[in-house]
Order: sequence, then structure tokens, then C-alpha cells
Amino acid sequence: MRGPDFLSQLDAALPGAIVGRNLEAMDPWIEIAPERIADVCQWLDTKSPVRFDALECITAIDWFEPDAKKAAKVSWQPHTELVYHLWSTAARVSLVLKCNLPRWKGDVPGQLPEIPSVCGVWRGANWHEREVYDLSGVWFTGHPDLRRILCPEDWEGHPLRKDYEQPLEYHGIRGK
Amino acid sequence: MASAIDDDPRIIEFDVRTDEMLVNMGPQHPSTHGVLRLVLRTDGEVVSEIEPHIGYLHRCAEKIGENLTARQWIPYTDRMDYLAAMNMNLGWALTVEKLMKYEVSEKARHLRVLIAELSRIASHLVGMGAYGLDLGTFSPFLYAFREREKILDLFEEACGARLTYSYITVGGLTADLPPGWLGRCEAFLDQFEPIIKEYHALLTTNAIFVKRTANIGVLSRELAIEYGCSGPVLRGSGVDQDMRRDGEAIYTAMYDGYAFEVAVMKNGHYPRDHEYPPVPADAVLGDCWHRFFVRMLEVVQSMDLVRQAIDRYSACKGTIGEPLKLTEKIPAGDAYLETEAPKGQMGFYVVSDGTAIPWRVRARSSSFSNLAVAPELCRGCLIADVPAIVGSLDIVMGEIDR
Repeated sequence: MRGPDFLSQLDAALPGAIVGRNLEAMDPWIEIAPERIADVCQWLDTKSPVRFDALECITAIDWFEPDAKKAAKVSWQPHTELVYHLWSTAARVSLVLKCNLPRWKGDVPGQLPEIPSVCGVWRGANWHEREVYDLSGVWFTGHPDLRRILCPEDWEGHPLRKDYEQPLEYHGIRGK
Repeated sequence: MASAIDDDPRIIEFDVRTDEMLVNMGPQHPSTHGVLRLVLRTDGEVVSEIEPHIGYLHRCAEKIGENLTARQWIPYTDRMDYLAAMNMNLGWALTVEKLMKYEVSEKARHLRVLIAELSRIASHLVGMGAYGLDLGTFSPFLYAFREREKILDLFEEACGARLTYSYITVGGLTADLPPGWLGRCEAFLDQFEPIIKEYHALLTTNAIFVKRTANIGVLSRELAIEYGCSGPVLRGSGVDQDMRRDGEAIYTAMYDGYAFEVAVMKNGHYPRDHEYPPVPADAVLGDCWHRFFVRMLEVVQSMDLVRQAIDRYSACKGTIGEPLKLTEKIPAGDAYLETEAPKGQMGFYVVSDGTAIPWRVRARSSSFSNLAVAPELCRGCLIADVPAIVGSLDIVMGEIDR
């Protein structure tokens, strides 16, 4: 969704929620403060002039380079990026929201980063958030039933993290 | 005062007390379309809740994609919706091309339309035939597979594979059509067209079929949108949306100049471009029957599109061009694109750091969102309706589990 008009309305309704933007990108996106994501989505779904009534996809990107040599060359700090792809069925436009989270909560390895769930806005977010939790290790606070969806319940680790190590053995099945 | 029926000792049904019971269905169950496991909470015949358990086919294709170049990942997209692998190839190829700002030649563009629409017919034929099986009728399945086989023969001739094609690839297609192929394709369409009537007689207007599907599993427009449903599931609920018309420019440009109408009920009727059987009186917009019917309409429309594509493709001079090399570098950035696959909107997302191997790839599966709505549809239905409802969503587990 292009247009500064729309963004200023969002800014006026929820001051401080937008922390970054890139309207020149191939898919223009706005960056939202993680703790405000549920409020922003609620506004976009119900109050916005263009109602974004469908959540298409939630993606987590793990920005982390396990190789120390390559890590010295990269321009970003390690973090987890969440990308929300929204769609408006009435206006037939899409909107991309991004949120930056630390890789671990309080930088303690093993403590999953947290972000409010958007299940209250779109019920369809339920499975998408479960998938992100399962594969990328992000904890969605306020999710009604956050558990693994694609991997088995007793699986360890989050496979789409860059430092994930494949298990050598799982219930007698050889891993590598 | 007790009635005569209560007093009759031969009639015991009225006396049977039912308790709540959990019934496990699948993952090895023929009507769950692959390895889907449903846990039904039932009381007698009535289902109060279903819970889908997925992941039996999970192989983390997205992780694999982070270790391969964009073109090397094409065969993995084949295995997502393996009933419409061409459309999966197309979705990923277009997403990467979008990020690279690459345009294929006009001839390749028309060939892609031709192939994608043939693939849509093949996918809907399986959806139709398998749906008949779900409802306990075997013959439509054989009728559907007879015709699908001919499409697979055409595909085999074009690219050498019958199911996992990897034909459409980043930068074009792996090969041009062999000589005489267009003639054989036209012959197939001419032979196939009258057969549609048989399908309508076998299923669409069949009294038993209508009884099993009309007013069953009604999905309201709002619920469909909220769950991110797409494809025939969304259009079956009366939402006028088709990415071939409403999608992003790089995708809609493929269909520039093609005449087609979105198969959706508008102003109380479906498109009138062909002869279709009337909507039965019992059917309610958003029920299993409408989802099925939208697929049947799309088969006919795809045939029109294939014919148009054949004309345009043969009128094009030049070649289809060469696909990009396997190790082609992708510019840094990210791109998301949704295409209209037979089962719904298939989205691919690619994030690149400037090397040939993407930093992150993501597949947004249409069946995943379509299945997520099943627990809402099955609340309060009969056990026998569960396969009818889940079947009408036309899911493919390879795409859900990725």
C-alpha cells in the first residue's frame, strides 16, 4: 500500500508504532515496534481507510552468520526479523510489515524472543504463528495454543535458525 | 406419558446413551488426501470438534532452499503441490525473476500460460475424481484420470517427466515444445470438451452428490477471508478474487490480452460464457457443492485459455530463450509474489544477500490456510460429512507440510 497519507493516519492513530519505512523498496514496507504489532494489525483490520482483512503469511528471517570469518564482514547485527504480508480483498492491495526482534530474549541463548500474537485480529494467524514458533523459535504472547505444528512435539531446536544443528539420532532413526 | 415407540422393546436406538469419544482418522486414511491426521471429538454421529495434525511429510524445504541456488530449488517446488507441479515451478520462477527484474521472451510467456493452464485442468481433474471417491462413488475417479493421463502424456513429451516436471524454470523454460505437440494438444482439447458434460452428469447434477454436498460445510465470506483462504475455496464463498487478474504486475502481465472471466458467483449467477448446469435449489453459497462447482467452471475456462495461448504462442516469432544459469547471482533484497495455483494463492518469498544462494526462502501454501479453516467447518457436522468437507477443500499434503 503506497501513499504517505495512509501512513500519517496510522501514525496519528498509534503514535510511535512506526519505527521505520522504505517506500522505495520492491515491496514497500513499514517497520513496526514489536510490542505494538497487535494494535497496528487491529487498526489495519478494522479502522484503516483501506481494510487489510487477510493475513497471507508470517515469515521469520534469522539474521545470523554462524561462520565467524563471514560474520566479520556482514553489515548487520544479528537479529530475527518478522515479516507480515497482509492483503486487502476490497482494495486488492498488499502491505508488508516488518518487526525486528533480538535473536534471544535478553540475549540469553535458549530464551525465545517474544512478540504479541495477532490471533485476536485474524483467526487464520493461529497456524502461521505456530509454524514460525516451530521452525524459527519466536514466542507469540497471547496465542491460544502455541505448540509445534510441523515438527513432532518432542523435537529439539528450531530448524530455520542459522545455528541449528541437525540431531544425530531421533528415536532410533539416524540423523546425518 | 411414554409413547408407543418408547415402549417397543425392539427399538433400542432411542434408549442408547452416547458418550463423548475421540476418534482418530488418518494419517493412513484414504479420504484424508495423503497423510493428514484428524482427531474427531464425537458424540454418537455428531462431531463437536476436529483437530488436524499435520507435518507427516515435513522435510523443511525452506531450509533446503537456503543451501541451494534459486534454480536448483525448482525440483523441490515440484514436490510441494505434486498434482500441479508446473504451477509451483512458475510461482518460484516468477518470484526470483521479480527480484532480478528479469523478463522472459514473449514466446516463453505464452508457453508458460499454456502449460500452467493445462496443469490447472489436470489438478482440478484429480480434485474432482478424488472428491467422488471421498463421497463413495468410484466411477468419476476413473473418468477423470482417463483424461488427466492424456495431459500427463503431453507433459511427458514436452519435458520428460510425468509428475515432477521442473519444466518452467528461472529465466524461461528448460526446453521448447517438440514438433507436432500443439496439434496433439488441440486434438486433446477437442476430444475433452464434450466430456465435461459427462462429469456434470456424473457428479455436479447427480442427486446423491447434491444431497451429500449442498448446504454442507458452509464457509461464510468473512470467515474465508479471515483465515486467508484462497482459490476455489475463497471463490466458492462468493469472493471475487483471482490473482491472474488482481495480482502483481509481473504475474498479471503474463495474462495480458487473454480473455477470461473469474469463476465466481456475482449478482446471483456464475459466468455465462458456456453452458453450465443450474445451481441446485439446496445449495448455499460457500458450501461444498459451490467449491466443487467453481473447480468445474475453471476447467472449462482453462481450456479456453489454453486455446488462446496456443494461438498466441504459434504467432510468436523467435525463440523461448535460454533459462538463467544455475549459479546466477540474485541481487540483494527481498521479494514476495503470490500466483494463482489451482488450489489457491501460492506465495513465495525470497530474501537475498547478493549471492547465488538465497538467504531465506519461504513458501506460503494455499492448502495450509485452506485446511486451517476445516475445524470451523466441521463443528457440529456428522462423521460422514467430515470427508465431504475436507475433500471439498482439495488439499495436498506435500504443499501443507513442505
